[in-house]
This record gives sequence, structure tokens and C-alpha cells, in this order.
Amino acid sequence: MTQPLIEARGLCVRLGAQEVLHDVSLKVDPGEIVTILGPNGSGKSTLLRALLGILRPEHGGITRKPGLAVGYVPQKLHIDRTLPLTARRFLSLPHRHGKAETEAMLARVGVPEVADRPMTGLSGGQFQRVLLARALLTRPELLMLDEPTQGLDQPGEAAFYRLIDEVRRDTGAAVLMVSHDLHVVMSASDRVICLNGHVCCEGTPRVVSNAPEYRALFGLGTQGALALYQHVHDHDHTHGHDHEHSHGHDHGHGPSHAEHDHA
Amino acid sequence: MLDDFLIRAALAGLGLALATGPLGSFVVWRRMAYFGDATAHASILGVALALASDLPVGLGTLAVALAMAVTVAGLAARGWALDTTLGVLAHSALAFGLVAVSFVPEARTDLSAYLFGDILAVSRADLGFIWGGAALVLALLYWRWNAMLTATLSEDLAAASGLNPDRERLVLVLALAVTVAVALKVVGALLIAAMLVIPAAAARGLVRSPEAMAALAALIGAAAVVGGLRLSLSLDTPAGPSIVTVAACIFVLAASLGQMRKQ
Ligand SMILES: Nc1ncnc2c1ncn2[C@@H]1O[C@H](COP(=O)(O)OP(=O)(O)O)[C@@H](O)[C@H]1O
Ligand SMILES: [Mg+2]
Repeated sequence: MTQPLIEARGLCVRLGAQEVLHDVSLKVDPGEIVTILGPNGSGKSTLLRALLGILRPEHGGITRKPGLAVGYVPQKLHIDRTLPLTARRFLSLPHRHGKAETEAMLARVGVPEVADRPMTGLSGGQFQRVLLARALLTRPELLMLDEPTQGLDQPGEAAFYRLIDEVRRDTGAAVLMVSHDLHVVMSASDRVICLNGHVCCEGTPRVVSNAPEYRALFGLGTQGALALYQHVHDHDHTHGHDHEHSHGHDHGHGPSHAEHDHA
Repeated sequence: MLDDFLIRAALAGLGLALATGPLGSFVVWRRMAYFGDATAHASILGVALALASDLPVGLGTLAVALAMAVTVAGLAARGWALDTTLGVLAHSALAFGLVAVSFVPEARTDLSAYLFGDILAVSRADLGFIWGGAALVLALLYWRWNAMLTATLSEDLAAASGLNPDRERLVLVLALAVTVAVALKVVGALLIAAMLVIPAAAARGLVRSPEAMAALAALIGAAAVVGGLRLSLSLDTPAGPSIVTVAACIFVLAASLGQMRKQ
């Protein structure tokens, strides 16, 4: 079995007086797309920040593959207006990239025209794309994306996920992302983790959408779960089956997690 | 040529402007305008301590400024709000310094020299101290430039790129402490913050990159030094305040120019 890119065991994170994460364990294997779902304030961003080494966990350990290259798109980034910074210069922080390389990457994420525009003058959607370009320029083996499609219009969002999929295909990069878009989650992820301070349930989208913990978390009745299941089902007809086979063997622990979890 | 007190004064001011341009840009970007005040006011305490213990004044001010820098960086790393902390420290430090000075008769006599600077009395040794300090600061900034810029932009992005934002902040405040110690003789404790903030603020509206802002701020600072010295000479006004007055006039000019370019 391949070594996971990153693995967290028994992570507890405290922010101020609040224990935001309690006993969270997860791993991401090369090439898989894992999505974290959870209500506002459930600790999704905190989990990514702990995995990135921005926050120090109170308990628990994080193991990264040595020399792991990570590309990070934070949930929010406020750039002070006093800091004059074009998109091109932003892409070279902290590691310098050549002009041709940055321009090619901006074109790839769909905003070739913003290279010389100040970051504070970009629209929300343009800003998100530049953030993604910066993450991709590090040639990541693991992309960590925190609500990356905020501010994108619908075609933009679809293009965004296509691009992520393309990047995975071309470079084999794994993706760990936070998303609220259940449809996308169910169709584009190999594995879903439901978080609410702790891991409520995890597994393939199909398993999770039927887990009672998941339905309780999102206030879905039987109806809602059925609708989601239907959605997954539709998706399975297109390309889901071999998809599940190729990744299924890694996730034996998924369903059992869902069953024995915190009552 | 160094025999001429005016040339020495100009060289001292130029050395200071070289350091305060880029450093002041960081002060503006990070919204820590009070840092200059806090450190400068603390250095008055250093003056008193040095005179009381027969140590060189430069050493006393440098030691107290460094201690202040480390305190501020430590508090910020623990999550204290920087502007409030600096505000409290700045004004307390000045009060403590003035009280301490009152116990040292020698210091009492030339206190105004330390509050307002005495650039026309700069000696060859002072000049070496100033240019040595400026060179050290510029070398530090050159070495850490991209890392410090990334940490200024976002501590999260810096940490995710493997940098340590606390360390970058420490390097910055140490550079500021050295600059303040060096500047005490030139513009005095009350006007050091002005030399840090005003040239950088004046440069902001006219540039499109952080590097250009740092360079232009240094240039504006240099122009203020030369202009201020001429003003002081022809109108017999105090040198330090004259330099800052000219800097303020350049700021107004630059601000209107920036407005005109926008329209
Ligand atoms: N810097 C902080 N200091 C104190 N509490 C925080 C901080 N950041 C986040 N929190 C708290 O941690 C919890 C989880 O936040 P977050 O991880 O941002 O949630 P999510 O991304 O799932 O919406 C929230 O209750 C939030 O109030
Ligand atoms: Mg979040």
C-alpha cells in the first residue's frame, strides 16, 4: 500500500477557550479527492490550518510525507490597500516564478488579463482564480482548498472543478477541499468526511449520504437523503463504477467509522 | 570634506532615509505606526540608563530599543492586538523615560537633543554608527525580503509555505529597533515615527509594486533630509522638525498627484 501524503492522528485543537477540533484522524492518499463537509463553525478551516502547520494542535500528531509540496487556497485573504501588489507579483510570493510560467498559469485558470492588475482591484471570482494559480505554481502533490469556489459564477464553478480534475489527471496531485456544494461533492469526490468538531462520518459519497450522522448534520429527512442518493446514483451511471473500484480498497475503514461513531 | 558639519548632517540623514524607506513601508503595510513611537520613547529610558551607568548613549538606546522590540514581537506572537499594545507601550515608555531622566542631572540638560535630535552635532563616530546600522538593516531586509513580504501579506500563507511568521516579525522589529537607535541623534525620539511613516505613505499612491514603494520611500526620505537641512539653515529652524516638515509637504504633493492620476 502506498504511503499517505498526510496523516493526522487524534488531533485536538484549541482556539481561545474553545476546543474546536476533538480527536480528529484522517489521511489523504496520493491522487485522491477528499472533501470535508460540515456546518459553519464546525472546524473545517481549522482542520486545514492544523494540517498545514499554521496552528499547533494541543494533542495528536501529523505525519507528512517527507518533502511534501502543498498548494493552499485559504478561505479568506485580506490584502491591505496600503500594499501595492499586482497579481503577477503575488504569484511570486514567497517563491519566484518566471514571467512565462506565471502568465501560462494565469491563462490556465482563466484570467490571463489580470497579470498587471492590483490584487485589491480584482473581483471575487478573479481573486479566487489567482489564489488557485498561486497554489498550482508550487507543483503541489497535495492541494488544500478552503471553499475555493466562493465568488465564482456557475460556469466558473464548473470550470473550476474541471480544472481541479485535470490537474489531478495530469500531475497526480491529491486534493483535500472544503466545499458546501453538495452536488459537486457527491459527484467529484472519492471520499467525504463530515466534520462537526469531530469526524461524524466518512466514506465514499454514497456511504456518507446514507449515514444517519450526515443526515442529522444537514437536517435532511429521508426525503433529502433519498434525493442525494438519487443524485449519486445518476452519477454512477456515467463514470462512477470503475471510479469506485479503483479507489475503494483504500477506504475499508470508511463505513465502519460511520457505524461506530460517537453516539 | 567630513569636516564640514553640514556635510556630516546630510550624510547622517541620507543614511537614515535609506533604512527608513523600506522599513517604513513594512510599518505602513502592517499598520504598526506606533512601533516607531514605542521604541523611540523607550530609547529615552536607554539614554537615562546609559548616562547613569557611564555607558555610551548609543549602546544604552540600542539595548532598550532591542528589548522593546523583543517584547512587542513576543506579545504579538501570543495574539495581542498590535496597535493597542503599541499604544500602551509607547506612551508608558515615554513617561518612564522622562521620569528616569529626571534622576540623571547630565541628561536633563540636553534632553531636548534626544527628543528632537541634533543632526547638526553629528560626529564622525556617529556617522559610522548610523551608516553601519543602515547597512545592517538593508542587508537584513534584502536577505529576508520575500519571506517578510509573504508574512506581511498573510501569516497563514507564509506558514503554509514553510516560513515562520513569528521569526519574520522578529527580524522586522529588530531592524526597526536598530533604526530607531541610529535615528535618535538625527531626528530625535519624537520624530522617528514620522520618518518611518511619512515617506512610505507618500510613496504609496505613486507605485505599483512593494519594491518600488520601498525605493521611492527612501528617495522621498532623502529629499526631505536635504530640503529640511536647507530650510533649517536659511530660516534658522530646528533641523529635525524641519526635515519632517518637508517630508509632510512631499506627502501632500504626492497625495494630490496620486488623486489626479486616478481621475
Ligand atoms: N482565531 C480564532 N480564535 C478563536 N476562535 C476561533 C478562531 N478561528 C476560528 N475560531 C472558532 O473555531 C470554530 C471553527 O472555526 P472554523 O474552523 O473557521 O469553522 P468552519 O471553517 O468550519 O466554518 C468557530 O467556532 C470559530 O468561532
Ligand atoms: Mg471555514
